Amino acid sequence: MSVLSSAILFPAVLNGLLTGAVYALVALGLTLIYGVLHIINFAHGALLSAAMFAAFFAFRLLGIDPYVAVFLLAPLFFAFGYALQRFIIGPASHRNDRNMLLVTLGIAVVIENALLYAFRADTRTIDVPYAFETVNFGFTFLAVPRVIGFAAVFVVALALWLIMNCTDIGRAIRAVAKERLGAELVGIDVAHVYAMTFGLGTACVAVAACLLIPNYYVNPSVGNAFVLVAFTIVVLGGMGSVPGALIGALLIGVVESLSGLLLGESLGQVGIFVIFIAVLLVRPNGLFGARA
Amino acid sequence: MKGLAPIVAVIAVLAAVPFIVQSNATLNFLVVSLMVALAGQGWNILGGYAGQYSFGHAAFFGTGAYVTAILQVRYGVNAWVGFAAGIAAGAALGAVIGALAFRSGLRGSYFALVTLAFAEVLRILASVAPITGAGVGTLIKLDLGAQTFQFQSRAVFYWVILGLVGVSLAAARLIEHSRLGVWLIAVRENEDAAEALGVNARSVKSLAMVISGAITAAAGCFYAQYFLFVDSGIAYGTWISIEALLTPIIGGVGTVFGPLLGALVVKSLGEGAKLVTGDVPGLDLILYGAVLVLVIWFTPGGLIGGFAQLRKRLMRSATRAAASIQEAGHG
Repeated sequence: MSVLSSAILFPAVLNGLLTGAVYALVALGLTLIYGVLHIINFAHGALLSAAMFAAFFAFRLLGIDPYVAVFLLAPLFFAFGYALQRFIIGPASHRNDRNMLLVTLGIAVVIENALLYAFRADTRTIDVPYAFETVNFGFTFLAVPRVIGFAAVFVVALALWLIMNCTDIGRAIRAVAKERLGAELVGIDVAHVYAMTFGLGTACVAVAACLLIPNYYVNPSVGNAFVLVAFTIVVLGGMGSVPGALIGALLIGVVESLSGLLLGESLGQVGIFVIFIAVLLVRPNGLFGARA
Repeated sequence: MKGLAPIVAVIAVLAAVPFIVQSNATLNFLVVSLMVALAGQGWNILGGYAGQYSFGHAAFFGTGAYVTAILQVRYGVNAWVGFAAGIAAGAALGAVIGALAFRSGLRGSYFALVTLAFAEVLRILASVAPITGAGVGTLIKLDLGAQTFQFQSRAVFYWVILGLVGVSLAAARLIEHSRLGVWLIAVRENEDAAEALGVNARSVKSLAMVISGAITAAAGCFYAQYFLFVDSGIAYGTWISIEALLTPIIGGVGTVFGPLLGALVVKSLGEGAKLVTGDVPGLDLILYGAVLVLVIWFTPGGLIGGFAQLRKRLMRSATRAAASIQEAGHG
């Protein structure tokens, strides 16, 4: 039972928490969009791939460190997400949820294959000097980029919380999420709020991309792996619930790390899906029951 | 029977194609298009008529393909029996997923998500399980003959898939004209209202899923028989999930001929793009995604809906023109 000794188990749990933190960022964007627009954004994974390519080329061509690039890419992807919802998804779907799902799927297919067309299926990595540096926590060593990622997630979550609770647009977003018709009647521009929400969700993806790129690879379909996990997290935590997404993400990170340790990598992934399907079937409102 | 005449006519016209077209490349293109049309008709029964949008119809396609291939290769089962078993397996999978998903009341986004997840789980399992040949895939031995369901001539395969498409068209028409069809449409338009009127939405949707699974699985069985090779990326890949939903939506969602028309248009577009730029990976899918968005944007009823709208507009302007001529005559 050497695998289960605490010397291996404890770092595995810790690493799972670090992985979970990046999952949380992807999931936050997804849950935010669901909470307001009430649809699942199937383009989320493709947007993550696109953002990772952007971070990759920012480093390769312009020499911008990913942790600096985040301050450029987050606003850029916010604008991109805003435009996508305002000028394509919104008008194209005629306010029909089924259409909106299909439109996001169509956009996902376009983005993913445009990346494939432009950059081929090659897997690329960047080599930042700190990629393999570790921090000694006494009991275990942890990779620097992952520790930074973990900390950054809480900064982003705090920023989102401040936006949602202390700004006019945040109040408008919450109003639309609760009662769209009522919000419209008191003069809130719903199309604008939808686009702002979509922009914020896309910005989360850009931040996640910059945090991932120092010690992860990028290829045109890299985002899908993360987003399927993010779907699981969002369902687990309750669609539309921000704390649910955070807790769900950390939980899934640990589950993945442990099942990978015990079952091997590819079956570890199946473990996540089994949890996903089980939660969807048994408690579609999530473990924390965010909304009915 | 009512409404079957146009189907017979369309199939009869298409059946004559191999007598005119001799090119193997063209026949191959038509065979693949018809196969996608069949998969799309499966999606259409569930998505078009019942309004349940599945994002993971690869689950059925792949199950049909694998069951057909594995039964022949590993258990020496006759190819035709394997084909039938593949269709039955698709129906059974539809029953299982339907029972699970509709029992917990999954709708809309959630339903799309759970179907996607089932397809992904099956893909990952097929890529590691020994019975599917794991990463290597399953190869059906080349052994030409009617008994082994392998034909030298593309034309014979063409007639086989055309026959299957004909059956699926007739099935869609029969459903449309039956009580089941009315129930499905009622559930699609307003599930709660349908339930209030006494429609058992859960069992109606489950039945649609069984039929849908069987039809899409038939396309998968045909794939295995035609290409004699199946692996997890092909059988359970997202490409078929996307093409299965794309074809009815482009052609006309919830219409009998929508998937067939959509498949021919979509596949022609893909081939056309390849002719222009050469076989570059991703290009056909970029086009498909863009067309999907544009069709939903500008003709939500698909091409068939678009034609109907156009005709109505032309008729209206024609009557207006006639009226103004009459008026001018009186004046």
